[in-house]
Amino acid sequence: MCLAIPGQIVEVVDEVNRLATVEVAGVRRTVNIALLDVGETGAAPGDWVLIHVGFALSKVDEDEARATLRLLEQMGADYEQELEELKASVIE
Amino acid sequence: MRFVDEFRDAELGRALAEEIHATVEPERHYKIMEVCGGHTHAIYKYGVDDLLPSNVEFVHGPGCPVCVIPMGRVDDGIALAHEPGVIFTCFGDMLRVPGSTETLLDAKAQGADVRIVYSPLDALRIAKENPDREIVFFAIGFETTAPSTALTLRRAKAEGARNFSVICSHVTIVPPLRALLESPEVRLDGFIGPGHVATVIGARPFQFIPEQYGKPLAISGFEPLDVLQSVLMVLRQLVEARAEVENQYARVVPWEGNPRALEIMDEVFTLRDRFEWRGLGFISESALRLSDDYAEWDAEERFAVPDVRVADPKACQCGEVLRGVIKPWECKVFGTACTPERPIGTCMVSSEGACAAYYNYGRFAREREVL
Ligand code: SF4
Repeated sequence: MCLAIPGQIVEVVDEVNRLATVEVAGVRRTVNIALLDVGETGAAPGDWVLIHVGFALSKVDEDEARATLRLLEQMGADYEQELEELKASVIE
Repeated sequence: MRFVDEFRDAELGRALAEEIHATVEPERHYKIMEVCGGHTHAIYKYGVDDLLPSNVEFVHGPGCPVCVIPMGRVDDGIALAHEPGVIFTCFGDMLRVPGSTETLLDAKAQGADVRIVYSPLDALRIAKENPDREIVFFAIGFETTAPSTALTLRRAKAEGARNFSVICSHVTIVPPLRALLESPEVRLDGFIGPGHVATVIGARPFQFIPEQYGKPLAISGFEPLDVLQSVLMVLRQLVEARAEVENQYARVVPWEGNPRALEIMDEVFTLRDRFEWRGLGFISESALRLSDDYAEWDAEERFAVPDVRVADPKACQCGEVLRGVIKPWECKVFGTACTPERPIGTCMVSSEGACAAYYNYGRFAREREVL
């Protein structure tokens, strides 16, 4: 649960609850993006974000996202398990 | 240099290592605490310590949320899991943490309805799908995770989800650091600060470390290059007799943190007078409980929680590991009676725990590889 996995926002699906579809490691899941509603603009489709327990924690640039992903992939079992848990997640 | 080829930029890795070697004063010994378990993991996975001079030592900090949960709190969770009608939800890491008589996994084997969730929002969904059951979520984690629980609770309240409650075991990072700095047990020279926690609380709350204790700190990202660079930042400060908070991870961490996250935490949580930490004992104002506005969603209000203090098993030296007093391999049961498959202590359960990091990356003894 300590990992933060990068993903790219595809679309906002629930404005009220601030839920967005995010593509993470080849799968699409729903995450909450309310924590990024700072200042004028929140997160928008195309943005890369770090996702922690179903919530986008911070925006990152694409390079950072790819580097983080590479790092996570090298972790092996822990990352695999986190991904399995993420895949089982159904946030609505 | 083992592993350095796996770095995103091996050349930069070598250059940083060389600069660290050129910076340190040979007659001094440097003890640098990496606060966050994620950093511990990266250091051993990538052999970052192998790149450092022998007089620079990492001391592992208390920043692994699974590791610091005391046994009595695990028992509280297990007791709730056994309550009739309860669906008990938690992160996967908590399943194998030993309570005084069993783990959540054992409870599940005996028929308790224990389910792993990826997110507290999954727990809330389970509550909606099972209106005739009581859903309890075991909320653990530092300030990185607490805003997620807070937003979930705000939604539960807005939607009137009355069969959902939280056993709130969120902890905060500053009080244990202060406790460690106050203790004469370990003399630390500097800190590698936790990058993800700092995305929420910012860099500012760490300023007491240089200001009141005269020690440097660098907030760090999680790549091996980040950690190396942060070590260099801390060492430079020490050599130049400076002490300040530097932000190596400024590309992600704002100095003031995330105002949205802080505001929602402030609404949903309030500080507990005190909370027991594994290995560190009771620390005042170091953990969160639900604020009065959210009392209805507080599992500790809704159910009778045993709330009994349980001493760690005799063989377990997690406390000393968490305080940085001993290295994992110095624990008598490390790698023998205590392994990731059959953990005795929490530090072996979570992959962020120091014992698991040492075990998984073959660090059974002090000797470092000769460069
Ligand atoms: S080896 Fe096991 S019992 Fe010893 S300190 Fe580590 S986790 Fe605790």
